[in-house]
Amino acid sequence: MATILGIDYPTLWFLVVGALFSGYAILDGFDLGAGAWHLFFREEKSRRIALNAVGPVWDGNEVWLVIGGGALFAGFPVLYASIFSAMYIPFMLFLFALIFRAVSIEFRSKEPMKWWRNTWDVSYSVSSILMALLLGVVMGNILQGVAIGPDYEFQGHWLEFINPYSVMVGITTLALFMMHGAIYLAMKTEGKLFVKVHRLLNQSIIFFIVSYSLVTLYTLIYIPHLSDDLYENAALFVVPLLAFLSIANVPRLVSREKYVQAFIFSALTMSFLLILVAIELYPAMVVSTIDPAYSITVYNAASSEKSLGIMLIMTAIGAPLVIGYTVFVYKTFWGKVKMDENSY
Amino acid sequence: MDVEILSRIQFAFTISFHYIYPPLSIGLGLIMVLMEGAYLRTRNKMYETLARFWTKIFAITFGLGVATGIVMEFEFGTNWAAYSRFVGDIFGSALAAEGIFAFALESGFLGVLLFGWNRVKPIVHFISTLGVWLGSMFSAVWIVVANSWMQTPTGYHLVGEGSNMRAEITDFWAMVFNPSSVDRILHVWIGALIAGAFLVMSVHAWYLLKGRFVELSRKAFVIALSVAALFSVLQLVTGHSSASGVAKNQPAKLAAFEGHFNQSDQAHLYLLGWVDKENQKVYGPYIPGGLSLLIHGDFDTPVPGLNDFPKDEVPTQVNAIFQFYHLMVAFGLYFIGLTLFGLFMWWRGKLFSYPWLLWVFVFSVILPQLANQFGWFAAEMGRQPWLVYGLLRTSDGLSAVVTANQVLFSLIMFTLIYALLFVLFLYLLDKKIRKGPYDDSDTEGRPLQQGMAGLLHTEHEQQ
Ligand code: HDD
Ligand code: HEM
Ligand code: HEM
Repeated sequence: MATILGIDYPTLWFLVVGALFSGYAILDGFDLGAGAWHLFFREEKSRRIALNAVGPVWDGNEVWLVIGGGALFAGFPVLYASIFSAMYIPFMLFLFALIFRAVSIEFRSKEPMKWWRNTWDVSYSVSSILMALLLGVVMGNILQGVAIGPDYEFQGHWLEFINPYSVMVGITTLALFMMHGAIYLAMKTEGKLFVKVHRLLNQSIIFFIVSYSLVTLYTLIYIPHLSDDLYENAALFVVPLLAFLSIANVPRLVSREKYVQAFIFSALTMSFLLILVAIELYPAMVVSTIDPAYSITVYNAASSEKSLGIMLIMTAIGAPLVIGYTVFVYKTFWGKVKMDENSY
Repeated sequence: MDVEILSRIQFAFTISFHYIYPPLSIGLGLIMVLMEGAYLRTRNKMYETLARFWTKIFAITFGLGVATGIVMEFEFGTNWAAYSRFVGDIFGSALAAEGIFAFALESGFLGVLLFGWNRVKPIVHFISTLGVWLGSMFSAVWIVVANSWMQTPTGYHLVGEGSNMRAEITDFWAMVFNPSSVDRILHVWIGALIAGAFLVMSVHAWYLLKGRFVELSRKAFVIALSVAALFSVLQLVTGHSSASGVAKNQPAKLAAFEGHFNQSDQAHLYLLGWVDKENQKVYGPYIPGGLSLLIHGDFDTPVPGLNDFPKDEVPTQVNAIFQFYHLMVAFGLYFIGLTLFGLFMWWRGKLFSYPWLLWVFVFSVILPQLANQFGWFAAEMGRQPWLVYGLLRTSDGLSAVVTANQVLFSLIMFTLIYALLFVLFLYLLDKKIRKGPYDDSDTEGRPLQQGMAGLLHTEHEQQ
């Protein structure tokens, strides 16, 4: 089997997909989080500033989902097909929320009427919350395993995706995004609004830490297979340790008003948590709860070596370009929100 | 209704709805590039005003294009799981290329295009506009490559058995340049450019009729008219080339396009017509032997008809396919006539003298939209019963685990949400157009980038 640096292609592509989804979580995470807070801002002016803080970037952020989805389809068609058809309803709800959210951002400031703006504000916020929750719910199901039968077909009931564990993971994801979003808003706002954001930020840190601890406890007690890898290879404990340290760093930096650094650490937290998930599952991506032999792994789900090779080349060419203009865009809009006639 | 019918309706509905917006985004992109380019060259403020105005309309079409496009990407997995496993190895690399090379480009620069007017130099802004436009052109390339591979698969081999069978890539470039992709990319591109140009002409013709923004509108109209005329003529060329390709690679589809049943019959070219499938007859005016002429260069070479293929390998909706195909071609010929006539009148200095002519342009805006939709209907329905031509049947591509009720639920939701979106789209479009280019872009006197002060100012403007 062909390898690069001793890593085989399916594993490399697993890393690419993982990096894309973690990029997505970091980027869309903050604008979903900002959206979740939206109704907490009561004044029209504040809402517009909060909206325009994400205005120029949310669409670019969502592209990470598009590319991540494409990469999943391309590299692991079996996983893509099985998971999306197994969780038909949650993914459809996610898509509906996504449409509503995009449209709300686009339309809310286009009319002056109070009812118009309030309607879109509610729809913006609710859809942001729903998207965060559903992402977490899907993640929760993947962590705990799915009823995959022979031929990679789902054999459970379609409602199974809602269960105590997945709901807990959903709430934790929401909390994490809200914390992340609040840090972002703190970087982007000033004056009275800033003071308010700062207060909300502190609350969200507590919300996240509590829900995260509960999920961790639940995982350790009820889903022991997830920590097997860690017990077998003690060196891997460094990952949860790093995750823990970066979580702990966030409140410290926030209290010193170092928001950029806090943002970096909450982004790191997300990455470490996802790496942790990846380590615990690999080489499986979805463990079958029916029979481990039916699990979907990076090997049985992968595209051919030839196809993966082509895509790895594309990634190598494309990634620097993408990073280049992403940096350019963020530099252009760096700093506190400035409104002009082109704003939302 | 069963899962298959529901999933097909849902896919056809969501993709058709998506495809309202991409052609407009791609087409307006080119016009914006031309307008900003004209501004950079002449430094005439009018072109900048125009570019800013059309950017606002572009923002609406683009936003809806993105929102509805993401749905499409995931629908393959949700509704067509067996198909996704079958084609993932091939289709995937095209989709990945689209994401990496196209979507990232367009969305990356979009922020600067929409919000950067007062933050970056005009040349940087121009480059961003160009980037967004090129991004949208590239994305069309990759998605059409993927679709063309489904029409005329090459560069693959089959592995596995039964339900585990799938296509694996053997030659990337053979896959990209499969027999139909170049023709169809050009055809789809041009269809989009025509759609954008007709929208611009329609809006500015309306301003001219109302006597608003007269000088500005004349400039814009001529730019759009030139684009429309050039590409309408080219569309005939690419369309013809596509048709020859279909004759070679998908003969059953071609037979359906023209309602041609028996190889032994002379192959006519119908201008219009009605297909009576029971009696295997077409009623309507035709050029005897015209189809042979187009494909083989003479009137008599036989062309295979629908009866010459196994019954379960030809499309069944012959009349619908015939109508969609002929309407597209008829509209195409109409665009050529109208735009060339427009150019002629412009040359005579009378383009803006006849209100009836301007009204024709106002209302023609809908036709490129229809031509684009009908073209896809003809191409996709003509591919039936195959999902991947000759390899995978539509009925074998479904998700085994999704039930009819689930699809019914999502279909109802899509119908409601999209109906709402469409009403909002028309409403906002109408509003932006009524307000016109000077809506809030008289930026000269306004102190920009003053944080809160700027905000309060725009509050007054109720932007
Ligand atoms: C002719 C071109 C064309 C065609 C046939 C399609 N699209 Fe599309 N799509 C575009 C041209 C386009 C575009 C011009 O690139 C869009 C529309 C406006 C926009 O914002 O980007 C877009 C947006 C768009 C997006 C959002 C991208 C982003 O965030 O920027 C996705 C995920 C898709 N499309 C996916 C699809 C899929 C899966 C299709 C087929 C089943 C499809 N599109 C047909
Ligand atoms: C935007 C342009 C497109 C339009 C307007 C369009 C239109 C349609 C229509 C009308 C159908 C239903 C045909 C029927 O059921 O008889 C269909 C089916 C389908 N098309 Fe397309 N299509 C487009 C692009 C694509 C692309 C780019 C792909 C893939 C790369 C694709 C893949 C499919 C699939 C998987 C089906 C479902 C199977 C079926 O119902 O036939 N389509 N499309
Ligand atoms: C002028 C005469 C035209 C001819 C002879 C023509 C011919 C064709 C043919 C043969 C196809 C089917 C290709 C295939 O199935 O592989 C097609 C598809 C299509 N046509 Fe046209 N066309 C014409 C005008 C137009 C115009 C004016 C538009 C839009 C403004 C348009 C938009 C489309 C689209 C979107 C498709 C589906 C994509 C594709 O299959 O290429 N066409 N056309």
